[in-house]
Amino acid sequence: MLEFILHSVGSTVLRLLQYVGQLAFLARETAISIRVAPLRWGLLLRQLAEIGFRSQLVVVVTGAFTGAVFSAQTYFQFHRLGMDSAVGAVVAVSLFRELGPVLTALMLSGRVGASIAAEIGTMKVTEQIEALRALGVHPIDYLIVPRILALIISTPLLVAECIGLGIGAGYLVATQVLGVSKAYYLTNMLSFTTGRDIKMALIKGFAFAGLIGFIACEEGLKTSQGAAGVGRAPTQAVVIASLVILISNFFLSFLLNIFFPAGTY
Amino acid sequence: MIYVTDLHKKLGEQQVLSGISLNITRGQTHVILGRSGCGKSVLLKHLVGLLQPDSGKIVIDGEDIANLRERQLGRIRKRVGILFQSGALFDSMSAAENIAFPLREAGIKDEEVIRQKVAEALEMVDLGGEQEKMPENLSGGMRKRLGLARTIVSRPACILYDEPTTGLDPIATDSINRLIRRLQKRLNATSVVVTHDMKTAFHTADRIAFLHEGRIYFDGTPKELLAAKDPILVDFIEGRSTESEE
Ligand SMILES: Nc1ncnc2c1ncn2[C@@H]1O[C@H](COP(=O)(O)OP(=O)(O)OP(=O)(O)O)[C@@H](O)[C@H]1O
Ligand SMILES: [Mg+2]
Repeated sequence: MLEFILHSVGSTVLRLLQYVGQLAFLARETAISIRVAPLRWGLLLRQLAEIGFRSQLVVVVTGAFTGAVFSAQTYFQFHRLGMDSAVGAVVAVSLFRELGPVLTALMLSGRVGASIAAEIGTMKVTEQIEALRALGVHPIDYLIVPRILALIISTPLLVAECIGLGIGAGYLVATQVLGVSKAYYLTNMLSFTTGRDIKMALIKGFAFAGLIGFIACEEGLKTSQGAAGVGRAPTQAVVIASLVILISNFFLSFLLNIFFPAGTY
Repeated sequence: MIYVTDLHKKLGEQQVLSGISLNITRGQTHVILGRSGCGKSVLLKHLVGLLQPDSGKIVIDGEDIANLRERQLGRIRKRVGILFQSGALFDSMSAAENIAFPLREAGIKDEEVIRQKVAEALEMVDLGGEQEKMPENLSGGMRKRLGLARTIVSRPACILYDEPTTGLDPIATDSINRLIRRLQKRLNATSVVVTHDMKTAFHTADRIAFLHEGRIYFDGTPKELLAAKDPILVDFIEGRSTESEE
């Protein structure tokens, strides 16, 4: 029994390390490509439109409604303690430090990660990636780099949008619906939110963008077994990316808290 | 032009190629025959570095490509074009964009030049006027010919055809056979043609090789093949399965 447990734990850890290795290899190839191959601006712009521009609706709605409901719940709890005016600060800091980056990343891994994995996976099983190679085009240059760059450029912006809308919606709900004083709400929010919170949000955005991009591309590139494989690739990409985002967010929060401590002191 | 020496390749559990040696002479058409599943496509993919051999050498124009990196292979692939058995068209691009792809990659910017070359290539494979069709709206045979147009549009010095005429009607087959001949004559292209089709084989070949059980079982001129008495070759040429008659 013990042997069985050790064995399964061991093989899981091994598979995990192997997966990390594959991602690192892909990341290295991408870095090399960015350095040696000319950038394909047309493809990058198309991906920016697809990944960044068209993801806005999803991200904005997520941010707004999360901010609104979070503000309301915080108010319900704080109201009993007579701390109505602190609601703005709690909502803003949580959005900057945790909710904004994580929710944006989760929505992106669903919307963008899935489509990247499906598209690249289809190209893989229909020999289109081999056709690219046969025509002297490196698939990393053509397929991976534009998508990764587009994600890295647009995710921090989308995170900012998500946070902005969240704070706006939270403010409206607290002040218009629940009757919190506007001046106190804003004053507390501004005095408790610092540049460090903004930096943390952006750094998380960068990190999650890379994770979503490399996981989705990796799942696409290793697709095999025809239609069933193409069906599995996006599912895998979304599940893995979501879990990795949630788990790495925990560690990232602790790590970043060393450099960008929370609070005003 | 291409020298293959003692090529071995295992895919999964299966030893697909076990010691292929083959010389392909510049300017000639070398046909490769063999039963379905014997490794013809796998061999062809090795010749442009899409697969890396487990052991053995593949020398193209004096350069061993067996252990080149992906980026170094780009150079080779500008000279050696391959037509995939499946066509491997880019399904999100129109027919014209598929053919224009290698031209744009070669750095041609002038849209007028591209349009003209695309039209010319489509004409060559009897697909004149089909520029705007998407690959999914083409028939199997049309896709194959579109793939062929994409392969030849950049005029590579060596062209590898993986079953160029499978699934085509007899007339289209004949026109592709002639096209292969014409390209070889006019451009002095070196061609490797993988096929099951005896008509294609004898129409296009300067030499014919027969792949069997992972090795080159026979390599000679069409005349020598026709004169061969070996039962395996004779059965293949005459299209006889070895099962006993009922
Ligand atoms: N990626 C792969 N993984 C495992 N086995 C493979 C792979 N590709 C090909 N094979 C095996 O290698 C053998 C040769 O395949 P190949 O496609 O070269 O055959 P072929 O001679 O081109 O046949 P056909 O005339 O039907 O196209 C087959 O038995 C096939 O199962
Ligand atoms: Mg084949």
